[in-house]
Amino acid sequence: MILEGNAKKFGDNISTDLIAPGRLFHLRNNLPELAKHVLEDAEPNFYEKIQKGDFIVAGRNFGLGSSREHAPAIIKIAGIGAILAQSVARIFFRNAINVGLPVFECDTTQIDAQDHLRVDVLKGTVENLSKGISLPFNPLPKIMVDILNDGGLVAHIQKHGGFKL
Amino acid sequence: MPKTIAEKILSEKSGGEAKKGQIVICNVSWAIAQDGTGPLSIHRLREAGINKVFDPERVIFFIDHAAPSPKKELSNAHQQIRSFARETGAQVSDFNRGVCHQRMVEDFVNPGDLLIGADSHTCTSGALGAFSTGMGSTDVAIGMALGKVWLRVPSTIKIEVSGTFPPGVYAKDLILYIIGQLTADGATYKALEFCGPTISAMSMSDRFTLCNMSVEAGAKTGLIATDEITREYLVKQGRGDRFREIVADPDAEYEQVLSIKANELQPMVAFPHTVDNVRTVTQAAGTKIDQVFIGTCTNGRMQDLQIVAQILEGKQIAQGVRLIVTPASRAIYLEALRGGIIEKLINAGAAVTSPGCGPCVGIHQGVLGDGEACLSTQNRNFLGRMGNPEGFIYLSSPATAAYSALKGEIADPREILTKK
Ligand code: SF4
Repeated sequence: MILEGNAKKFGDNISTDLIAPGRLFHLRNNLPELAKHVLEDAEPNFYEKIQKGDFIVAGRNFGLGSSREHAPAIIKIAGIGAILAQSVARIFFRNAINVGLPVFECDTTQIDAQDHLRVDVLKGTVENLSKGISLPFNPLPKIMVDILNDGGLVAHIQKHGGFKL
Repeated sequence: MPKTIAEKILSEKSGGEAKKGQIVICNVSWAIAQDGTGPLSIHRLREAGINKVFDPERVIFFIDHAAPSPKKELSNAHQQIRSFARETGAQVSDFNRGVCHQRMVEDFVNPGDLLIGADSHTCTSGALGAFSTGMGSTDVAIGMALGKVWLRVPSTIKIEVSGTFPPGVYAKDLILYIIGQLTADGATYKALEFCGPTISAMSMSDRFTLCNMSVEAGAKTGLIATDEITREYLVKQGRGDRFREIVADPDAEYEQVLSIKANELQPMVAFPHTVDNVRTVTQAAGTKIDQVFIGTCTNGRMQDLQIVAQILEGKQIAQGVRLIVTPASRAIYLEALRGGIIEKLINAGAAVTSPGCGPCVGIHQGVLGDGEACLSTQNRNFLGRMGNPEGFIYLSSPATAAYSALKGEIADPREILTKK
């Protein structure tokens, strides 16, 4: 799997309250509508600024906080191709993979806003084409690669009739 | 192989030798979701054509976050939950019963259980010697359907606490201090095990507070070995026969050991907008507040309300401060009512709301105005958490919160709590 797009930069500790705020709780059954508000408390009108395939590039502990899977789900619906972060909170990590949103931990200090990136999922590298550098990312556990390749957890279970280790 | 508590429970639930770092498939004892995450779990199950749950007794939906419902969309989400439960036999803890985590420890979880919940503070039940962890709607949906979950066995950070708390210092101050030390991602993918003489002497109520906030350091769960206090709690809740000894092996391997002396601690306050942004109450004193909120799965229990009533009794909260108190469950509400606590709180100027999450997550019942500051006993102070990204949330113990409500600004409860 090769992914290509431009970097949208965020800082450390981007919580699920910033991604999908509680004040919009009533939109949780309408994910396309909720997606229009994605990350707006961290960056106003963020949804309007997304080009399909853009990457969210963040600092430490991306997605901390609540278990709301609506957070990665609306990031994906909004057109983001993958998340690259210095580190990712545990529940968010699982949720992203389960909804089929690739997420990778790598040294994002070497990526600036709008840098053009190419991610080679199999090789485990992020190429920063704007800077001419290649950054390795931590490989995902095999079960997560399988779930991602199958298109999310529900598809994985349907395909194998249970978890495949 | 000597094991930590996490490794012991996951070995038993996976039927093998679960060693840190391994990926295991485990049988779950309970799979739960709440009204913010449950509808998506149900949607995932319907998407997959699954219309039954692995064990209707062990699948529970909680209507607690938006209870009673403030909006038609949420009323409709509640309807979805109730109708799915009717179809599958799954349990519903309805809008009048209280916060999921409090209800789980009151009525369901036993030592040695494995609980997965579509709510990040599911780790609260770890205080009963159960492996309990928060996940998203899809993981929990699959757990509800198959009774199974995959987990990476976490390594464990041991937190050893000795000494007695000085007057005015509580379990909440201890966990805020710990999170300040570990930082908001210091325990990511790991388990916390709380132990030592201070923990052995601690009430279950305080142990729940510690485990509840483990996730605020990124941890997968917080765990406490079972003992006589656990047994007494289970007996009181009518589950004495379900007591089991769950303890770590003496030579189990820990990734890190943090030793803390309780007698050196002070009341702590977490400043906006991260939980690890902790300072002592002395550093926080004088910060003006518009609202005080006492409640939640962290500090909405009987023991918390008793401390608050003790501080507020016969006094009036400061002019211009709104005090909201939300008992964590119906059982707590009733007990507080019978004990005369609710009356004391109302007389002092509090608005007491029905049991549930209350204003904790910004849906209703106490949304902050622009520029307003709230001191809360909840577990999180993220930007926007209480419904307004222009608001400021500080976190403290119930004692600090109650005393600050009297003063109209963050204040040090030791000024009045010289004796315990
Ligand atoms: S009380 Fe707050 S932290 Fe606890 S479950 Fe409810 S919303 Fe979450």
